[in-house]
Amino acid sequence: MTPQDVEAVYEALARKIDAIAPDQTEPFLAKLALLLAYDCADVARVQRRIDEAALNLDHP
Amino acid sequence: MRPVGRSETDSLYFSYPHFEPPQERAHLEDRAPVAIVGAGPIGMTAALTLARHGIASVLFESKATFNDGSRAICIARPSFHILERIGAVSPFLDKALGWTKGRSFYRGKQILEFEMPDSADEKYRPMYNLQQQFIEQFLWQAIVAQPLIELRWQSTVTGIQDIAGGMMLEVRDLNGTYTMPAEYVLAADGARSPLRKMRGHRLHGEYYEGKYVIADVQMPHDYPTIRRALFDPDCRPGGTVLVHKQPDDIWRIDYQLADDESEADATKEENVRASVAAVLADLDYHGPWELEWWSIYSANTLALDDYRDGRLFFIGDSAHIVPIFGVRGLNNGLADAENIGWKLAHVLTGRAEPALLDSYSPERRGATLDVFANASKSARFMTPPTRGWRLMRDAALNLALSHDFVGFLAKPRQMTPYTYADSPIVAADDQTFGQGSPVAGAALPNARLGEGFLSDHLGQGYTLISFDAALRVDLPDLVTLHLALETPAARVLGAGPKTAYLVRPDGHIAARWHDAAPDQVLAAFHLSQGRPAQ
Ligand SMILES: Cc1cc2nc3c(=O)[nH]c(=O)nc-3n(C[C@H](O)[C@H](O)[C@H](O)COP(=O)(O)OP(=O)(O)OC[C@H]3O[C@@H](n4cnc5c(N)ncnc54)[C@H](O)[C@@H]3O)c2cc1C
Repeated sequence: MTPQDVEAVYEALARKIDAIAPDQTEPFLAKLALLLAYDCADVARVQRRIDEAALNLDHP
Repeated sequence: MRPVGRSETDSLYFSYPHFEPPQERAHLEDRAPVAIVGAGPIGMTAALTLARHGIASVLFESKATFNDGSRAICIARPSFHILERIGAVSPFLDKALGWTKGRSFYRGKQILEFEMPDSADEKYRPMYNLQQQFIEQFLWQAIVAQPLIELRWQSTVTGIQDIAGGMMLEVRDLNGTYTMPAEYVLAADGARSPLRKMRGHRLHGEYYEGKYVIADVQMPHDYPTIRRALFDPDCRPGGTVLVHKQPDDIWRIDYQLADDESEADATKEENVRASVAAVLADLDYHGPWELEWWSIYSANTLALDDYRDGRLFFIGDSAHIVPIFGVRGLNNGLADAENIGWKLAHVLTGRAEPALLDSYSPERRGATLDVFANASKSARFMTPPTRGWRLMRDAALNLALSHDFVGFLAKPRQMTPYTYADSPIVAADDQTFGQGSPVAGAALPNARLGEGFLSDHLGQGYTLISFDAALRVDLPDLVTLHLALETPAARVLGAGPKTAYLVRPDGHIAARWHDAAPDQVLAAFHLSQGRPAQ
């Protein structure tokens, strides 16, 4: 992916999150994660990404 | 529970018989080879299995009739084979509703239609619906026709003690208290098992939050026998509803309670009526209906650490409690009953060593733990326990509206028979077989054979299925079935010209060989009877 591609995805996500109802953000992102994981078709890689996405977030 | 004004056994469609305690009393204290405590479906199946193998038993039941409601309604294919082996299947086939299909809906839209595995090689359908009273009635009819079984109604076992060579039971009925010795005792006394408590044992496992009301209504609803699961329906936002058809126009509606609904409120008649009416409206049914019976059920996975305590064996709900999704409460118990039944019979008739009985708990507890693994997955999907599970469950359901690949998550993980691969009485599997054929310990799959099925040709005891006409092993209790390589069975069993399968009385594979030799068959046969290698 080129930096331009990454930017395009980043902008599309921001627009879509603004377009859906605020309380639908979580389900939207969860659905997207399932879809992209399905396309990626590499469980180990997806699992690694799941852990990476949790980095630097607040944990209880 | 039933509507106001109707007693526990005042059913819209079922006439409850009333059974008296034993009148003839002279023999009550006579020693029995096997005593069975509890004449629910599991205790009765154990008695019939023992009888099929020539062993007499005495069955004790506290109540004066069958249980009060439809309770466990789904009978899986492997259970139909058990019913056939104990000679009781025919009324079940006449009355039960076979089914193969399920549909799942999310917010009113269908997201999945699944078919359970079925084919021309199968004698029975994957699942049948039948109310538990009929299950008990049909088993009871088989018992009445069986001179080896004595069923004592209104007879409560109040004590149990170890004695030399057996156990002593203390029994109370309307006419007094007596004791009866037995060589072995089966505790089929249900989820609250008094025997479990008397012996100081406890169930261990997990309790889940989700509670379901299960309600039966009678109505002329024109919908085929297809299991429906409604996720997040209008009638129960955030909850789950299951709908099953039963014989006699009875429909089972299971609905999940919200976290803030108390059990006491939810089971009040007016609340049950309102909840059911809302579900029926969601199903687009607007005709008349009558409320028949209801109860409450929770999704726990609990089991004893060991199903055996000396000469006492726990079978059915006394040994394990499983969630209702996946319909294993009854089916798992029926397999317990057959498992201990044939083993005890073989030991009591001297055909096998007492060590055979050591295999009961590992085999059946293993099956329960496998059920738990699946049931926990189902329970988490049906009743998500936390925010994370709920978010992902809802996301998957929502995604399933547009994409098929996630829909399978909503499938019930139905009963498949457990493979006794780690059993002490199952031989190590022969690794030279190709993929796809059943391993040692698995239930023998069925196949068409002649006018009927492979299962029709199995013996009462052990069966050696051999594709080599020259293979002969002479053993009492072993029937040899020679099959040709052109049969569908050869394909299902991955057979070559010298292949053989040794099949146990319960239809599980004790051992198999791609290229069998008689001494191997002998060794596996002895292992399967609890005898050390010779
Ligand atoms: C309200 C309810 C709803 C259910 N719904 C479902 C469902 O929807 N799906 C499903 O798969 N399963 C369901 N189950 C579970 C299912 O009914 C059981 O798995 C099944 O009945 C187990 O059979 P059992 O023979 O082990 O025990 P039970 O059917 O409970 O039989 C035990 C018997 O032992 C007798 N007994 C107890 N103590 C003594 C004693 N001391 N002396 C003599 N007799 C004694 C009792 O009277 C009883 O008849 C439900 C259970 C209940 C209670």
